[in-house]
Amino acid sequence: MLTLDKLTAGYGPVTALQDVTFSAGKGQITAVLGANGAGKTTLLRTVSGLHRPESGTISLDGQPLRKVNAEQMPALGMVHVPEGRGVITELTIEENLRLGGLAKGGKLRSEDLERVYELFPVLADRRASLAHTLSGGERQMLVIGRALMSEPRLLLLDEPSLGLAPRIVAQIFDLLRGLVDDQGLSVLLVEQNARSALSVADHGVVLNLGRVVADEKASVLAADDQLRHAYLGF
Amino acid sequence: MQQLVNTALGGLTLGAVYAAFALALVLIFRSTRIVNFAQAPMAMVTTFIALTLIDAGYSYWIGFAAALLSGLVLGAVIERVIIRPVEDKPEINAVILTLGLFITLHALAAVIFGNRFRSFPAPFGLRGLEVGGTTIRLTTSGIFTIAAVATVMVLLLLLFRYTDVGLRMRASAYNPEVARLLGVRVGRMLTLGWALAAVVGSLSGLLIASGGLVHPGYMDSIVVYGFVAAVLGGLESPVGAVVGGLTLGLSLSFVSGYLGSELVALAALLILMLVLTLKPGGLFAVASARRV
Amino acid sequence: MNRFLDVWRHSVLGRHLLTALIGLAVVVVVLESVGDFRALQLAAMAYLGIAAGGLTVLTGINGQISLGHGALMAFGAYTTALLLDDPTSSMPISLVVLASTAVALLVGTAVGVAAARLHGPYLAGATLALAIAVPGIALYFGSFLGGEQGLRVSLPDVPVWALDLEYLLTGTEMSRSQYVAYLGWITLIVTFVLLANLARGRVGRRWRAVRDDEVSAELAGIQLGRARISAFMVSAAAAGAAGSVLAITARLAAPSGFTIVLSLTLLTAVVLGGLGYLSGALIGAGLLTFLPPFVTRIGGDAGLSDIRAAELAPLVYGLVMVLVILLAPAGLVGTTRMSLAGRRARRQMAAAGAAGATTGSPGTTAPHDSSDEHDPGTPQASGSTTPKGSTR
Repeated sequence: MLTLDKLTAGYGPVTALQDVTFSAGKGQITAVLGANGAGKTTLLRTVSGLHRPESGTISLDGQPLRKVNAEQMPALGMVHVPEGRGVITELTIEENLRLGGLAKGGKLRSEDLERVYELFPVLADRRASLAHTLSGGERQMLVIGRALMSEPRLLLLDEPSLGLAPRIVAQIFDLLRGLVDDQGLSVLLVEQNARSALSVADHGVVLNLGRVVADEKASVLAADDQLRHAYLGF
Repeated sequence: MQQLVNTALGGLTLGAVYAAFALALVLIFRSTRIVNFAQAPMAMVTTFIALTLIDAGYSYWIGFAAALLSGLVLGAVIERVIIRPVEDKPEINAVILTLGLFITLHALAAVIFGNRFRSFPAPFGLRGLEVGGTTIRLTTSGIFTIAAVATVMVLLLLLFRYTDVGLRMRASAYNPEVARLLGVRVGRMLTLGWALAAVVGSLSGLLIASGGLVHPGYMDSIVVYGFVAAVLGGLESPVGAVVGGLTLGLSLSFVSGYLGSELVALAALLILMLVLTLKPGGLFAVASARRV
Repeated sequence: MNRFLDVWRHSVLGRHLLTALIGLAVVVVVLESVGDFRALQLAAMAYLGIAAGGLTVLTGINGQISLGHGALMAFGAYTTALLLDDPTSSMPISLVVLASTAVALLVGTAVGVAAARLHGPYLAGATLALAIAVPGIALYFGSFLGGEQGLRVSLPDVPVWALDLEYLLTGTEMSRSQYVAYLGWITLIVTFVLLANLARGRVGRRWRAVRDDEVSAELAGIQLGRARISAFMVSAAAAGAAGSVLAITARLAAPSGFTIVLSLTLLTAVVLGGLGYLSGALIGAGLLTFLPPFVTRIGGDAGLSDIRAAELAPLVYGLVMVLVILLAPAGLVGTTRMSLAGRRARRQMAAAGAAGATTGSPGTTAPHDSSDEHDPGTPQASGSTTPKGSTR
């Protein structure tokens, strides 16, 4: 689905990613794990076109994404879901969703809206309220729902568990698992909460100081005590 | 009593013009965090374009339309060519840049159109209407002014509330990065925002010129009153700008009528300082904690 | 000669005083060699320079913008006009300038207190409102302040000691225009020495700290409000002195002299020269004084009417202002210094590299200016290209 090859990126003299190479498989959840400052957010921003890499290639379905801007990504079937702060709080819930539906270009389809409301009934109840009235968990549902509006093939999720109660995190991860299993969605999940992420992911990549230190099946990573202690903190 | 009514009506008409100008400033501020001080000479230039056409024998309405259209183009070009490079720079750069633009357009108009006062026609009568035997100071032109500003308000409201492009513009203004991730071409939305703002600014320039004199500096004080009106409304809310404009128009009309027209600018300064000190988020702000 | 270099190197005050003395000598030589017309032009350059110097401290070093300095100049000018309303007035002219400075300082303090909480566009808008509002005061109190016509300034006779000194030095009579120009330039030199010392001292460091990073400045124990207000006060005082010189030069204080155009002109001078550099303010003032006649003549030759040709000068400033911000935000002085510093650094790097090659030592970083130079005021210098230089 998504392949990174020797991706290097940074900010001026600071290198945040060094020769990062891995693939995220189709119809799978791939978790990118690592401590704060490991380069996870830079990775996501680079893949989604918000940050220019210094070298290396990113390919989607074998097609290298050269010179593709962030605003063209949704049209290619890839949507970046920023963490909960990515809700546009000054717009209503429905307006946030409508924006998601427009992301591919072209018109909004009302059946997309109905589909997402079915998935998240809590959003349907409050469709006309401003998004800043939502709780943290509801905001996370809104950004995911908004991304699903354009029927993407690949979701890039940034720290969906950040600041949420464990029960809600479990709910959200269950939902993702369901979407992947039922609809063949692919997910690249960036998480600091490695334990929960590995419980839902098929595959895991561990970053440390901008380099890949492990690239294994999720179950293998979860069983590797040494790795867990060294990089994942559980 | 009659003076009171007349002062209020005059204030309302003037307030509509301030409201339009404030609206132009707000449209730009909320998307680019820039107060476009060059809005005044931009409107002045487009008014001169209208005047040139009218003087050449075309109808008032052709001139009117040409002014709005040239405002649209001017706004778009200025955003794309001059403002874009400083959008991510310290705010003082943009302030100085819009002032440089202010001086440039001013001088350019003086070189091209001349530096003397020229009279600008009014589309409708300038005689006061008769109500119940007495003449009040509401003219047909005044009614047109209020109606034109109200129409623009409604059109903008419809655009922002109910169209896809309006939604994209709002998203770009509130959160440009998230908007990009949702496929919005933020740069285009900014250009469009500046273009629309310049149209509204041009409208206020035309309205204040009608039946009066124009000169390269005739909008200079309007930028200050427009700014004060916009700050009254919180500098980010289009509705606030309109309410702020009407409030300011009324207040200044009373100052002018009862205290002296020389003190109008001073009164505007006082109102501005009071608002910035007591309610920095504008008259309608819920929370007053805000950096000004 | 060695003592001279010693003073230059080690004493900031000494360096400023020496610069001032050299400046004074240049002023004497220039003013003694020009006619009355040029002398008045130079006097105009002096008052623009004084006001621009004050503004560059405020905007360049402290990061506050003011579009109301023309209005502050008006306070100085009207004070001067009120004090010099009678040709037999016995008040020494230096006291008149000081009194005008004091009045502008008072007004500036009030404005500064109100402005201290405002940022960027808000501050610009508020000071712009000030620029528009102040001329109205002169109109409202027409009977006292002369209304639209303004107040005439009657210049007292040139003092006898000045005539004597002039005669002693050059053997000629000092004309009134020359006297006015001397007055302007001496005021400028005194103002600049004071501003330069403030800017290089503890106060100046605080101003810069507030400009660069409010949070760290506050953590370092600097009271933001106080630093902002003091910068505004100093800057307003300079504007007052400038207004006084303006009134004396033009022999008039009238509302039409203090429009928003004057305030914008001052900002232009400061931006052209480079924000934060006193020398830049002086260069900017020079450009504003001598460019218009030149450009107007070109316009006239190209067939424009006089009135239209006169607008070519502001057109040039406006365009240059836009271009400076877009291409060289550090202004004339800043950009020159940056490129000089860059060249010097490259030379040193090359030298170090060559030395490294022969001795086999690893690459050395080029040592920068060994003096106590502080980053000059270029809040808008883009990227990492902050120039090295001092406020002089």
